[in-house]
Amino acid sequence: MLAKPFDTAAAAAAIDYANYPDEHGRFGDYGGLYVAETLMEPLAELREAYLRLRQDPDFIAELDRDLKHYVGRPSPIYHAERLSKKVGGAQILFKREDLNHTGAHKINNTVGQALVARRMGKRRIIAETGAGQHGVASATVATRMGLDCVVYMGAVDIERQKINVYRMKLLGAEVVPVTSGSQTLKDALNEAMRDWVTNVADTFYIIGTVAGPHPYPMMVRDFNAIVGREARAQMLEQYGRLPDVITACVGGGSNAIGLFHAFLNDRGVAIVGAEAAGDGIETGRHAASLAAGRPGVLHGNRTYVICNDDGQITETHSISAGLDYPGVGPEHAWLKDTGRASYVGITDDEALAAFHELARSEGILAALESSHAVAQGIKLARDLPKDRLVLVNLSGRGDKDVHTIAAREGIAL
Amino acid sequence: MNRIDQRFAQLQATGRTGLIPFITAGDPSPDSVVPLMRALVDAGADAIELGVPFSDPMADGPVIQHASERALAKGVGLAQILGWVGEFRKKDENTPVVLMGYLNPIEIHGYAKFASEAVAAGVDGVLLVDCPLEESATIKPLADAGLHRIFLAAPTTHDARLAALTREAGGFLYYVSFAGVTGANRLDLAPVRARVGAIKALAPALPVAVGFGVRDAASAVAIAEFADAVVIGSALVEHLANSSPAAAVTTAARDFLAPIRKALDARPARHAA
Repeated sequence: MLAKPFDTAAAAAAIDYANYPDEHGRFGDYGGLYVAETLMEPLAELREAYLRLRQDPDFIAELDRDLKHYVGRPSPIYHAERLSKKVGGAQILFKREDLNHTGAHKINNTVGQALVARRMGKRRIIAETGAGQHGVASATVATRMGLDCVVYMGAVDIERQKINVYRMKLLGAEVVPVTSGSQTLKDALNEAMRDWVTNVADTFYIIGTVAGPHPYPMMVRDFNAIVGREARAQMLEQYGRLPDVITACVGGGSNAIGLFHAFLNDRGVAIVGAEAAGDGIETGRHAASLAAGRPGVLHGNRTYVICNDDGQITETHSISAGLDYPGVGPEHAWLKDTGRASYVGITDDEALAAFHELARSEGILAALESSHAVAQGIKLARDLPKDRLVLVNLSGRGDKDVHTIAAREGIAL
Repeated sequence: MNRIDQRFAQLQATGRTGLIPFITAGDPSPDSVVPLMRALVDAGADAIELGVPFSDPMADGPVIQHASERALAKGVGLAQILGWVGEFRKKDENTPVVLMGYLNPIEIHGYAKFASEAVAAGVDGVLLVDCPLEESATIKPLADAGLHRIFLAAPTTHDARLAALTREAGGFLYYVSFAGVTGANRLDLAPVRARVGAIKALAPALPVAVGFGVRDAASAVAIAEFADAVVIGSALVEHLANSSPAAAVTTAARDFLAPIRKALDARPARHAA
């Protein structure tokens, strides 16, 4: 076991967060490369290709063009004045990732990885998906580049995200139901890994979150970090200062790290991640890996996981399929341990209440995932004075969730 | 001396090819594990790989996935598995036992605690699929306690890594015959022969076992042309899962393995490279 790179608060305060992960893909004790031997060389090739491309001016220019003209960046920061007034505390601001093409932050990452895939000469894209947002974002970029696309999705998730399944099919992707294990996101990830290990010569695996083996947590973070870079500049431009608190929902943690990363070295900005507490952490029916899990090894990295005393990963629960995951990106695990970020649980009911509050006060239907961040933003704002600024990552839009919400509330559509 | 080293030394001295069956601990039933291990030894197993079931077996195909799910549904865990190895050891001092699985159950159990309990139970080696050479510092306490860390080599493993693997390998090197999951049927002998030859050139004394895709006597004999041992997993697990009633499981194990043993022994004796 490696020693932690910090032993005291003072040491943690001296960390330059821009310098991680290290060359082994480690964020302190977390991260790494816990995969079968067959994937070690392909991961090394991917790492080398990515490290080269991220300094390649042609690649950067191509990515910037796609983000601007295809994704629709930059996304605005919106001051939710009515909501803030109703809450009666700090001003609530939203980073509007829901306005991106395909309706969520996920496209930031898939546009980037698809460009990497093409430059590596791969002709086939695979992806896993929970809520379907990453699947849609992967199918979108694959078809645009003329690449085949197979998306693995838990059978349970297929049932609760029918609209996104159909969207993927419209985009020409093959959606493969995964019926092993709990039939949700983690099992879809297992199945995608099995596909990759089998077809590694011609296949590029677009992982949808900041988990998995190195270099994925770094690469997916880098592609999503545009969110925080933009937000930081927009805050300085629109408000002349940085926000007091930033918050985002955390499943695997890609939208959260995307917002957080540019602010990690701004020690005056408090950072709070909102995990899915499902029916309540005390019920055991939740997906709050950081708030209620423990360090372990899952899906290629060491991180916080939800498992029993035998080390078996246990079933998680959340109303939002995109947060229903028993692990979390290793960088979040490290941010928790260093104390740079804190992570709290938001229940299904709290997320739903926030969904309705935002819909009625601002005319925005947020994704159920993002509604966890909205709920946390409201909680944070309530306890702060009116002149403080709370920035919430509104990571996706809620069109895909209207059936789930209607069913939950006993309404037949 | 570790039982794995003793066994490979014996195999080499007698010119026999090692036969290593894999079963998932707890499948088809928890009661059957120790009788199964004994039946496999009776039928000619030179070592036994005991799969530690895990909820998320990323490197396994459907046969072993389902076996793991069945075992977990019956509450099988590490403590119980070590108990079975201990019971097996009471009557078998010589047959090496390798635990094969994934890191998290051991991580949660505690590496040092697991290492001492495993040695006490009579485990000889550990093959952790998701712990490649680069992360092997994680399982150093296992090596410190005397357990062999068995590493995998694969068709995608380039020569430089192969050299590092042969330097660090304990017991034997497990060559994965194709890029894929366990139990797939993609065996193509020529490239496997070439890669095993490359390993032998790097480390003439290191035994090489070949697994993934070995299903029967014919495929075992073909691999015995160039490997020191063959590992048979999914085909056996599937055969056992389909045998009923449960009392017939040991018979099914013997019926499956004995012909493979016989076919291997019908070959001319191997000679040290």
